[in-house]
Amino acid sequence: MSSKAASRRSPVGRPAEPTVDEELARAHGLSDEEYERLIAILGRTPSYTELGITSSLWSEHCSYKSSKVYLREFPTTGPYVLHGPGENAGVVDIGDGWVAAFKVESHNHPSYIEPYQGAATGVGGILRDVFTMGARPVACLDSLSFGELDAPRMKYLLDGVVRGIGDYGNCVGIPTLGGETRFHKSYNGNILVNAFALGLARRERILTAKASGSGNPVLYVGSRTGRDGIHGATMASESFGEDSEAKRPTVQVGDPFAEKMLLEACLEAARCDAVVALQDMGAAGLTSSAFEMAGRGGTGIRLDLDKVPLREPGLTPYEIMLSESQERMVVVVRKGRREEVERIFGRWDLEVVPIGEVTGTGRAVLSAGGEVVADMPILPLTEEAPVYERPVEVPEDLVARQSEPEVPVVEDPGEVLTRLLETPQLASKEWIWRQYDHSVRTNTVVGPGGDAAVLLVKGSDSALAISSEVNPSYCYLDPRTGGAQAVAEAVRNLACVGAEPVGLSDCLNFGNPENPQVAWQLRECIRGISTACRAFDLPVVSGNVSLYNETDGVSIHPTPTVVVVGTVPTIANLPRSRFTQPEQRIVLLGETGAQFGGSAYLRLLYDIEQGRPPKVDLEAEAHLAELLRILVFNGQVSTVHDLSEGGFAVALAEACFGGGIGARVQVPMTPTELFEESQARALVACDRSELADLMEAAEQLAVPALEIGTTGGAEVHIRTDGAQTQLDLRELEDRWSKALPRAMESGQNR
Amino acid sequence: MKCGVVVSPGSNCDHDVYHVLKHVLGQEAQFLWHRDTSLHDCDLVVVPGGFSYGDYLRAGALAALSPMMAAVRRHAEAGGLVLGICNGFQILLEAGLLPGAMLRNRSMRFECRDLFLRVERDDLPFTCRYRVGQVLRMPIAHAEGNYVAPEEELDRLESAGEVVLRYVGPDGEIADEWNVNGSARAIAAVCNPAGNVLGMMPHPERCAEEILGNVDGLDLFASALDGIGQGLEVAR
Repeated sequence: MSSKAASRRSPVGRPAEPTVDEELARAHGLSDEEYERLIAILGRTPSYTELGITSSLWSEHCSYKSSKVYLREFPTTGPYVLHGPGENAGVVDIGDGWVAAFKVESHNHPSYIEPYQGAATGVGGILRDVFTMGARPVACLDSLSFGELDAPRMKYLLDGVVRGIGDYGNCVGIPTLGGETRFHKSYNGNILVNAFALGLARRERILTAKASGSGNPVLYVGSRTGRDGIHGATMASESFGEDSEAKRPTVQVGDPFAEKMLLEACLEAARCDAVVALQDMGAAGLTSSAFEMAGRGGTGIRLDLDKVPLREPGLTPYEIMLSESQERMVVVVRKGRREEVERIFGRWDLEVVPIGEVTGTGRAVLSAGGEVVADMPILPLTEEAPVYERPVEVPEDLVARQSEPEVPVVEDPGEVLTRLLETPQLASKEWIWRQYDHSVRTNTVVGPGGDAAVLLVKGSDSALAISSEVNPSYCYLDPRTGGAQAVAEAVRNLACVGAEPVGLSDCLNFGNPENPQVAWQLRECIRGISTACRAFDLPVVSGNVSLYNETDGVSIHPTPTVVVVGTVPTIANLPRSRFTQPEQRIVLLGETGAQFGGSAYLRLLYDIEQGRPPKVDLEAEAHLAELLRILVFNGQVSTVHDLSEGGFAVALAEACFGGGIGARVQVPMTPTELFEESQARALVACDRSELADLMEAAEQLAVPALEIGTTGGAEVHIRTDGAQTQLDLRELEDRWSKALPRAMESGQNR
Repeated sequence: MKCGVVVSPGSNCDHDVYHVLKHVLGQEAQFLWHRDTSLHDCDLVVVPGGFSYGDYLRAGALAALSPMMAAVRRHAEAGGLVLGICNGFQILLEAGLLPGAMLRNRSMRFECRDLFLRVERDDLPFTCRYRVGQVLRMPIAHAEGNYVAPEEELDRLESAGEVVLRYVGPDGEIADEWNVNGSARAIAAVCNPAGNVLGMMPHPERCAEEILGNVDGLDLFASALDGIGQGLEVAR
């Protein structure tokens, strides 16, 4: 033991605790170098509790050690950004004195092990991240990636995840306004659950999670601490193997009612200036909240673990520090004003217990049973956490992967369209979102099923739009293009409702970063996202990284979910993504090519995932978005729908669904090209009287525009170069809307 | 008119109802805390939706026993107006202020969607602005809205005219596919014999503003204002 440790009171190992050595450190996921670094920081061998704390703080999930070097490439500032990455949620100014706090976060590993609780607590965690900032959550979105529906356990997983999200969000009373659900064999052994939440606050009311003010009391609020979720953050940083089932007990159990009480109490507390900081106990529980709060505040913290309310007696300090029991908060209050804050939490029937205080020592000192069980310097552990620039390597099969695919010629476009619309990937997702309350809080102008969700901001003239995007096939074929495409499509979706993007949150789901090919994907996707963000002047304000998404050595497709938030200047003329009136003119905006790499047509019907993904022309995207915003603002269009997966034909069918209004169009494409996926395209419908102005506006912004037909009738009628197809709208819509419920009713495969 | 909105722990439509009463209809509105016992002279008391007390045990079972609900019961018994929406309806059932009970939806899932309702009574304080046979569109959002009661009780409800709204198709006819929660006789709303207590599963407060694209629910609140003699011009 070094002299430094001897000069300070040495933490005493408890009788039942194992001896700390390299082997135990390895069992905690620390490499030998990391263990040596810890000893160097402490100046001695860590106690068992200290080892547990460090293994959590330095887990991939908490430390971002493999992604940090690349994340620095993101643009994170801008005129509207109040708080960027590093806080519990990003905060942007949305005008009229209001700010929006938002973030997307993964809960992949727990959801694969225990879908209902995993997804539910994913929603709970992201809501807490938002309301700890003093913002009232008003919207949730979810980006879900499942394997093929007939893969083992997949229907059970889908059913459980949807119920988990619904039961939690519905009970707390936050509308789930949209998101994405995809099905791809890449997720057969590792599903993704990415939960997004957005909250609103008056600009001056935003709180940060900085523990400041030496001597200020630290309160523990909410549910009691149990043994659930111990080492959840570490689990989330490992790959899946055969023993995953044994990890079920590491999944936390959610109580949305407790969350609702916590939400109301925290918002009430945030309104009085007695509260210095709020921090949720999320991943790595009390450990990360104590270290993060004190780390941000540049202070120290002293905690008496004997005071922590326990669900059952006998938890060790190690277990108390690493428990991930849900619906718990740490609150720092101003000296002398504890009772005021305790009264508020008491009014909501929440347990409030003082467990320590902020200190000026820069250390976390934890005691239990009259002994110091951990005494650690905070900044060295957080700021000097290991950072890795993992070796990267271009996948050896990339050239083959990107080689031009043989594209089967479409003979009967009607038949191809029908088959595509019946795949779970492209079928209606109403079966899912009908289980989510999407109208509570009475702000929902456009809920699930549109290109972007639109919600009112009561007390403001503007509205918000939110869209979540990623195309994992594109990212697999070319991660840099795929990353840029996700941002471009989200921006395009916002433009469909006239919204100007103001901030982005990302959830980077990748495989094992120690695999150089996965590290390459991570780096490339981040570069693609960064490039697109710079082109759109769009800051990344929050996010999360989920690595080690692999099972038995097979990594998922790179899946960088991006969620873009925008402001809608007026909703007076808000268009819909479906046709709303017959006898309107339909115009196709953007340029059609022959982009089949990663297309739904090749993947869903021929199981071909090959070629280069569609080219992303950021300038063309910016021009299209600008044009759409102008058309929407001026009220010139009744329908705007972007073209994405499945190309023109799928977009046209989707625009006919929901309103019972068909279309008759003639396009200069081959039947096969109806399904190609060139980017920067959208369909609009307008009154005949608006047509000339619309075409002129398009020309001014150099957006190719082609008048292709008329809305109306009970059919989807498409004439192409050399073929025409006519489909009964009602029958087509029936197949599209019933495909998913039928598949789910055809038996669970648990 | 003085309006009160009951806030139980877990209420989550309280702000929505308050917003309609206060900002859309311009009435005096206040929240009524579950532990309090005074209605502060409110004429209309709304028990809003949510998951009161987490809906643990049974939807509405615990909230029905709160001090505030005892005050609401006295108000109802004295002829005061009481409206229970969604979880509020479940609470009124558990409190015995209305007959019947709720089972899980037929689908065994939470259902959030717009449905069509046929008005069965237009002579009640809550429905005087509607007409019998009128078809309304309103959202539902619940997992337990499958209304049940013994056959003889259902017969009595029908003959006494206590069925106020029914789930129907867009044409106003009862059809199984539109009775998505599986309610007995497609019942969506019932009242007490005096007509001053109404319980309904659909959410009128979610369709009371033009900006949200549907105002079919606004007249329910506006009717209540007429019902106590304080009618007002409601912009349609």
